[in-house]
Amino acid sequence: MTVVVDARHLHRRFGKLVAVRDVSFQVDKGEIFGVIGANGAGKSTTIRMLCGILRPTSGSATVVGHDVLQEPEAVKRSIGYMTQRFSLYEDLTVEENLRFYAGIYGVPRNRRRERIDAVVARVGLDDRRRQLAGTLSGGWKQRVALACSTIHEPPLLFLDEPTAGVDPISRRRFWDQIHALAAEGTTILVTTHYMDEAERCHRLAFIFRGAVLDQGTPAQVIARRRLRVVEVEVEGSTLEAAAALRRLERLDELSFFGTVVRIALRDEPEPTARVVGALREAGLRWRRVDEARVSVEDAFVAMVHEDARREENAA
Amino acid sequence: MSRLAAIAIKELTQLRRDRMTVAMMVVFPVVQLLVFGYAIDTDVRHVPTVVFDQDGGAAPRDVARSLEATGFYDVVGHVRSYAEISDALRRGVARVALVFPPGFSAASGAGRERSFQLVVDGSDPQIVASATGGATGLVAARNQRATAQRGAAAPLKVEITNWYNPEQRTAVFVVPGIIGVILTMTMVMLTAMAIARERERGTLEALIVSPVRSFELMVGKIVPYVGIGYVQITLVLIVGHVVFDVPFVGSVALLYLMTLVFMAANLALGLVFSTLAKTQQQAMQMSFFFLLPNILLSGFAFPWEGMPRPAQLLSEVLPLTHFLRIVRGIVLKGAGFEDLQPHLTAMGVILVAFVALATLRFHKRLD
Ligand SMILES: Nc1ncnc2c1ncn2[C@@H]1O[C@H](COP(=O)(O)OP(=O)(O)O)[C@@H](O)[C@H]1O
Ligand SMILES: [Mg+2]
Repeated sequence: MTVVVDARHLHRRFGKLVAVRDVSFQVDKGEIFGVIGANGAGKSTTIRMLCGILRPTSGSATVVGHDVLQEPEAVKRSIGYMTQRFSLYEDLTVEENLRFYAGIYGVPRNRRRERIDAVVARVGLDDRRRQLAGTLSGGWKQRVALACSTIHEPPLLFLDEPTAGVDPISRRRFWDQIHALAAEGTTILVTTHYMDEAERCHRLAFIFRGAVLDQGTPAQVIARRRLRVVEVEVEGSTLEAAAALRRLERLDELSFFGTVVRIALRDEPEPTARVVGALREAGLRWRRVDEARVSVEDAFVAMVHEDARREENAA
Repeated sequence: MSRLAAIAIKELTQLRRDRMTVAMMVVFPVVQLLVFGYAIDTDVRHVPTVVFDQDGGAAPRDVARSLEATGFYDVVGHVRSYAEISDALRRGVARVALVFPPGFSAASGAGRERSFQLVVDGSDPQIVASATGGATGLVAARNQRATAQRGAAAPLKVEITNWYNPEQRTAVFVVPGIIGVILTMTMVMLTAMAIARERERGTLEALIVSPVRSFELMVGKIVPYVGIGYVQITLVLIVGHVVFDVPFVGSVALLYLMTLVFMAANLALGLVFSTLAKTQQQAMQMSFFFLLPNILLSGFAFPWEGMPRPAQLLSEVLPLTHFLRIVRGIVLKGAGFEDLQPHLTAMGVILVAFVALATLRFHKRLD
């Protein structure tokens, strides 16, 4: 396996604020690597340091074989970067945008036509070529932005919250395209705060307040939390049930999904039995109590709780 | 080169789509020119004039009357000394004085050569031009008539003394100057907005992360606007000639060539502003602030020679100061390349400094 991105102890401060704290990870060729975190977690800052446009306060990184501090321009030639705000010129048409990006990325003149046709075909933009980018909807803008950032066939692609504000169907189609690109050998580093998208990545790094909480495949990350999840469909008020269930020991998180209360428990060998016991004790009735699959979202929430407990212990 | 071209093509395409800006760039110079041109033209005739008659005979009165008849002069009074002339000009009571020496009438009667003096307030070049032209025209016409009537007659002569303006500026100074002012204004503003716009719209990050070099980006952003500048100059020269009858003495090619350096210097300065401004609004404001010293110090509104030394030194860093000398030199005096080379060199130095500054200030980084 070739390491395409090697981030080593990246650290970035803005004045007093530490935006990125000791972040290290590696991304292999052809991998879809997700950087998952809430708004303001430090995802964009991390990507910008990896692109060579923001200097780390300390730490370093090698991207496609080039050191981001020593050779930022070499890094820039080897990557595609889809910025958070879709850097399209709204007063240019789709095709003019593509031609512009082909130009500044130095795609040879005789190959431009062919490359533009290829990316247009890939993202299905053919009948929108002459439309002004500013008049496109979010989903279409996202496709054009992807087309622009892959026009020069970069071996590595950075996607910063590419699906923010885009409808679910467009999001799915977008992820299909990301997987197709990865299958062709493109390495992809994508940030998101959608947990369902996290599950679509080969590997993940969870970033919280600038620090990586955990990383690995979705299955590994979930397994390390040692969570069991139970869903309870109650007959009466979900609030009453929740009040009873909140008293459970080693409860990690309780959340509502319509008439269902979802409970995540840590290190619990018999989760359903414990939940049933708690409901009985409170004199409540239920329609069903089932164990459910642990999601990446459950794992992420658990990690944030772990972090809070660590901080409490440290204090 | 292809990257540079990509930038230039993109800028042009965007510009074409920005109807408002294009309209402004065409309308602005014409409106500006008409306003300035008419404001200046209204006062050129009927210049208030005093007469210093040391002769006392009939001939001075005759000459003064004919001068008044040309419409250029209005005799507003008589004075008895040079000190009184100086007073009248300083106070603005008169802008011109006619001085007839003793024996003027006698020489006239005897058919001998005689001359009178025309003193003109040089602080307003427009007045210098008309006052001088009126008198010399009249004198030439009279001599011609005298020669035709009597054969080789002794000529009447006028000796022109230009006060407050020893350089003897001769013609229409303002229209060529407007070329410089308009170019300064539009060129600086256009590029000042250019980077700020990318920043505001969020496209700057994508530019920075591309392999485009700072230099390519800077030059690519300048090139399309140079074309616009030429359209503006051409418009001003044509309107100036047709409407205001501004002569064009020198070489058009030379002017266009030298203007290139001037425009590039202003465009580069706009880019410097652009790297400083966070928003287009700020960029716009910087451009306006920059315009003010240009108008006041460059010699456009006030004679440069009359400025205090510190202001003169400051004005040397303004491309307009040098360009005004060039454009007036070429358009009005027919100056050639050699005459203007020092000014061209000065503008070249300013250009290099601004491009370097813009390129240095524009890091291909976000921090
Ligand atoms: N240029 C900057 N100057 C100051 N603070 C910044 C700057 N860029 C980002 N930050 C701060 O750093 C933190 C991380 O930001 P960012 O990396 O954009 O988060 P994310 O992309 O995960 O939403 C935020 O608190 C943000 O306000
Ligand atoms: Mg972000």
